[in-house]
Amino acid sequence: MPVIVAENISKKYIIDHQRKSGGPSSFRDIVSDTVDKVFSRKNKKDDFAEKEEFWALKDVNFSIDQGDRIGIVGHNGAGKSTLLKILSRITEPSTGQIKIEGRIASLLEVGTGFHPELTGRENIFLNGAILGMAKSEIKQSFDAIVDFAGVEKFLDTPVKRYSSGMYVRLGFAIAAHLNPEILIVDEVLAVGDTEFQKKCLGKMRDVSESGRTLLFVSHNLTAIQALCNKSFYFEKGRLIDQGETTHIVTNYLSKVSHKMLEKHWDDIDHAPGNDQVRIKSFKLVPEFQDNLSHIDVRTPLDFQFQFWNLEEGANINLSMHLYTFTGECIFNVGTQSEAFGKGLVTGTCSIPGNFLNDGSYVVSMMIVKDTSTILYNMEEALIFDIEDYRENVTWYGKWPGYIRPQLNFSISQTEHLVND
Amino acid sequence: MQHLTTIKAGGSEKDYWKDLWLNRQLLWILSKRDISVRYKQTLLGLAWSVLRPLMTMSIMVFVFSLVAKLEGDPGIPYPLMVLSGLTIWTFFSNTFTQISNSILINSNLVSKVYFPRLLMPLSSVAVGFVDFVITFVIFLIFTVVSGYGLSWNIIFLPAFVILTFIISLGFGLFFAVLNVRFRDIGQLIPFIVQVGFYVCPIAYTSRLVEGQWFENIYKLNPIVGIIDGFRWCLLGDKAYFDPQSLYSTTLISLVILILSVLYFRKKENTFVDHI
Repeated sequence: MPVIVAENISKKYIIDHQRKSGGPSSFRDIVSDTVDKVFSRKNKKDDFAEKEEFWALKDVNFSIDQGDRIGIVGHNGAGKSTLLKILSRITEPSTGQIKIEGRIASLLEVGTGFHPELTGRENIFLNGAILGMAKSEIKQSFDAIVDFAGVEKFLDTPVKRYSSGMYVRLGFAIAAHLNPEILIVDEVLAVGDTEFQKKCLGKMRDVSESGRTLLFVSHNLTAIQALCNKSFYFEKGRLIDQGETTHIVTNYLSKVSHKMLEKHWDDIDHAPGNDQVRIKSFKLVPEFQDNLSHIDVRTPLDFQFQFWNLEEGANINLSMHLYTFTGECIFNVGTQSEAFGKGLVTGTCSIPGNFLNDGSYVVSMMIVKDTSTILYNMEEALIFDIEDYRENVTWYGKWPGYIRPQLNFSISQTEHLVND
Repeated sequence: MQHLTTIKAGGSEKDYWKDLWLNRQLLWILSKRDISVRYKQTLLGLAWSVLRPLMTMSIMVFVFSLVAKLEGDPGIPYPLMVLSGLTIWTFFSNTFTQISNSILINSNLVSKVYFPRLLMPLSSVAVGFVDFVITFVIFLIFTVVSGYGLSWNIIFLPAFVILTFIISLGFGLFFAVLNVRFRDIGQLIPFIVQVGFYVCPIAYTSRLVEGQWFENIYKLNPIVGIIDGFRWCLLGDKAYFDPQSLYSTTLISLVILILSVLYFRKKENTFVDHI
């Protein structure tokens, strides 16, 4: 039996290009805009062009049965958060309607409404009430909450004195003791340490196993695969695919994994470079195994870089940087310097499988002369994603670290205790 | 019975007041939060609520009575007249200011969790009410110590307190909505309160306005009737009060409240887009 039925949900935002900053408009802006309009005699058409409609969600239809655990995947800006906000009634849809049967609780943030001046005890009641718990329910689970969060000693301390870890633990402990029929969880797992993420996922598994309905947005596909039986795939505000999680995740991965894996220029005159070197191509060739169509942590990667050398006998070497998406350098490798004649030069570099961690990466390539002068630096030349893959592991949190090498690491029994 | 929710464009009007009622515990908890936060970080705590009206009264007695030689109602000591007017005016101005800021102050909640947004302005009244009770007790002590007896009219007092609540909610909700949309309104509010202080009969009696050409316009201000009535309740028939004004005061207050609530309801679903 469906507990949530959504029909033709759309959400429109008006982007006002006139306003320079995205911040709150002030009365002054309106006054000055009006004055501008009167004196410049702008025609109405122009005004219209400056306001742009943006559909965060467009014609979304779905129905969710009781006990379904729905994972929601999609790029940033695909409409996932907007959907959660509409379901949590924080914002309302521009068109369409949703019918929901049962008590709904949404967890878009840990510790919503915590007041720094209030004590842990006061905040438990405050936050519980904000999340929709009755006072009697909070009283009933009070001890369990305190125990789960491990803050017994600090119950009467204002939460502004809490460490960030304690703050998050207390926030999650309260949320974990909500007993709704439908639970909506946003990317809260992205915050907190590994220990905390483990607790979150464990609790969510309990929820899903107790037959309640769960909606879960995450970029952590491993967690989605472990928790959710069905998934929705959003792209540009539309629900483009829904069905069994394995199917959706594979579909999603095959689409995301081709970001910027190749760049090439056939015409030497228009290629990037200068009168000493011109770039011809740079591409990433994954060595897919087992009929995979996306790059995961096991996939070996080959980089091929080609450029035209325009100076006879130049001493040239290549230098490649690999960065995380947030800009930290993971490594820098260089070739030996060699003298080249005029013509095409090719460089290759291989990164073995089971070396990099999952995540998004950016590659830049540098052409260096006489090991000291930079002839050309191709920044952010390629961008690629590595997806997660795990075997025989029952833990689904984000794997820590920049790299995930397979080292010789083994355990064995070295001595037996003898009972006599 | 199963809990059924319908979400659709334009809001779910019919469930709103039910939701508000279901969330009454939250109203209580938010009020308690505001009160305990208010007194937690101040050095003098409650003493502020006692000192503030007393100091304002002393200054006004000095300026208007000693320097400007202004006279109150015949037979009523000037300080008592000022303090009674100040008591109810402070209640109005505090609640009005707090209601006007209530949505912005709770913006972290607006963007993360749903409940009828009217709970925020409603809960923000609590702090103002506690202050009012304190000021009121000071007034009672002051009156008894000064040897001026209390009037039996005091039994009508709750009616005027309720009227004050209605009118501050009426004005406050309107400004709360504007405040979300235009942040400059926040700076306008203290100014409005300051103007109101002189436009309303606090440092003087409405008797002075009687017979003037602007009397009718003056009495359109519902707060004038409330202050006069409040004074009449406490200081007895010597205080100036026109019972006829009660009709227009009540009517105007209710109309403003209804319009404001409608405006608030119409706009509350867009708060999150402007915060």
